[in-house]
Amino acid sequence: MPAPELTDVTLTVNGVQHEITVEPRRLLSDALRHDLGLTGTHVGCEHGVCGACTVLVDGKPTRACLMFAVAAQDYAITTVEGLTRPDGSLSPVQQAFKDCHGLQCGFCTPGFLTTVAAGIEENPDPTEDEARDMIAGNLCRCTGYQNIVASVLRAAELQAGESEESA
Amino acid sequence: MKPAPFGYRRPGSLAEALTAYADASDAKIGAGGQSLIPLLSMRLASVAELIDINGIEELSRITVSEDGVRFGATVRHSDLLAHEQVAAVQPMIPAALHHVAHATIRNRGTTVGSIVHADASGEMPTVFALLDGRLTVQSVRGTRELAAPELFIGPLETSLAADEIATEVFLPALAPRHGVAFDEIARRHGDYALVGVGAVVGLDADGAIASVRAGYVSVSEVPTVVDLGEPLVGHRGEITDDALRAAGELALSHLEPEADIHATAHYRAQLVRVLTGRVVRAAYDDAVARSNRSEGTPSNARS
Ligand SMILES: Cc1cc2nc3c(=O)[nH]c(=O)nc-3n(C[C@H](O)[C@H](O)[C@H](O)COP(=O)(O)OP(=O)(O)OC[C@H]3O[C@@H](n4cnc5c(N)ncnc54)[C@H](O)[C@@H]3O)c2cc1C
Ligand code: FES
Ligand code: FES
Repeated sequence: MPAPELTDVTLTVNGVQHEITVEPRRLLSDALRHDLGLTGTHVGCEHGVCGACTVLVDGKPTRACLMFAVAAQDYAITTVEGLTRPDGSLSPVQQAFKDCHGLQCGFCTPGFLTTVAAGIEENPDPTEDEARDMIAGNLCRCTGYQNIVASVLRAAELQAGESEESA
Repeated sequence: MKPAPFGYRRPGSLAEALTAYADASDAKIGAGGQSLIPLLSMRLASVAELIDINGIEELSRITVSEDGVRFGATVRHSDLLAHEQVAAVQPMIPAALHHVAHATIRNRGTTVGSIVHADASGEMPTVFALLDGRLTVQSVRGTRELAAPELFIGPLETSLAADEIATEVFLPALAPRHGVAFDEIARRHGDYALVGVGAVVGLDADGAIASVRAGYVSVSEVPTVVDLGEPLVGHRGEITDDALRAAGELALSHLEPEADIHATAHYRAQLVRVLTGRVVRAAYDDAVARSNRSEGTPSNARS
């Protein structure tokens, strides 16, 4: 069997450029976890259904398991690690999930955090129905979702409070 | 599961992509990857070379005119859904796109990719057929335009040749005195529909129903459009339940609801009846509302 083709890939993740050499079949989710050591991004189903691997691609929630690393070079990628403030403090979404018990085992949580971070940028004042719609593409086997919905609403509140303070 | 090894090309122009695709053997086009990558990862499909068209600038355009909407092969579902002029010219597009997968999948998946993936459980192949859309395909040998009957030849199967790239789709504008509606039943919003129905209803100058066509999702092997005019043409005012029931039965005579793990064939047939009535009525109401608005009703004229 011929040696697999390898290719140089430059990924911009959480504002930092990384050079890696991988096969074209390397999924973005695996590149983040195995090549960059950013294990905050979780992998559940690996076919787009569970949402655990969701990262932001140019700010938009995207499945990292449904992109090849080699095809992700033109974009700015944000993982759950990148949601945390530079001083290490929690972002409104992270704080809200902590406050409202929006997680139990935490497996699904990185995908929810990235999805909701982008969601409340787009809709800063969601209704409860809109909060449910925002997270409809993510699965959680533990919480029963009630506390996640509460976390979305709380995250929007925290974010609004912050932007008032800074205004 | 991981995909088997493959070679990767990311051409910067359409000409380069067409040559690469013509020269390669066992190559596939990668657009949004939202259907292809799961198939590769589960090893239900394999490919020697993946030609990624996302770097081709000229395929990312949306153009809207009064004739209709034209969009390139890398336009995402989310781009079309957010486009206000698209909604104004052909409201069926956002009505149906709203039901395609979850927002996260729509951010990456392309509408052209969805149409050429030709899944009869996808919303947009059916919308393409229902609206009499045209698909442009190109190869080093030339360009052709395909309508739904020529494109969809079997389950997940199109008439595209091994060297042809789908470059853009044209969907005509909604005609005057016409209305649309789309609805579906899914386990959760964003899941593939158990049954989905889109309808276009046209009125004559006196406001009576002149035409009714409906497209069906998840109840046939290929995207299927049924002419429901027979029991409905000539109706004015409230459409009777009897007429809508007849339309549902007429639709079923053209469809093949099948059982799978999500629903029995019997249940799917029932959903065809219920949704046909609901969607045809909503499309008729939409046609009436649009006609009134464009003709300027007395109440509009006063305000
Ligand atoms: C969890 C999940 C849920 C989903 N739910 C739905 C749903 O409810 N309804 C729905 O309709 N879809 C759904 N989808 C599929 C989604 O809409 C896909 O985006 C779409 O089917 C394919 O578009 P793509 O751009 O991702 O194509 P790709 O995956 O890149 O390609 C699909 C196929 O088309 C070929 N192809 C793509 N573009 C071209 C081209 N320009 N020329 C020639 N060949 C081409 C590819 O070679 C491949 O064979 C879902 C997907 C996921 C992962
Ligand atoms: S691991 Fe990507 S969606 Fe489940
Ligand atoms: S907290 Fe365990 S899966 Fe969501």
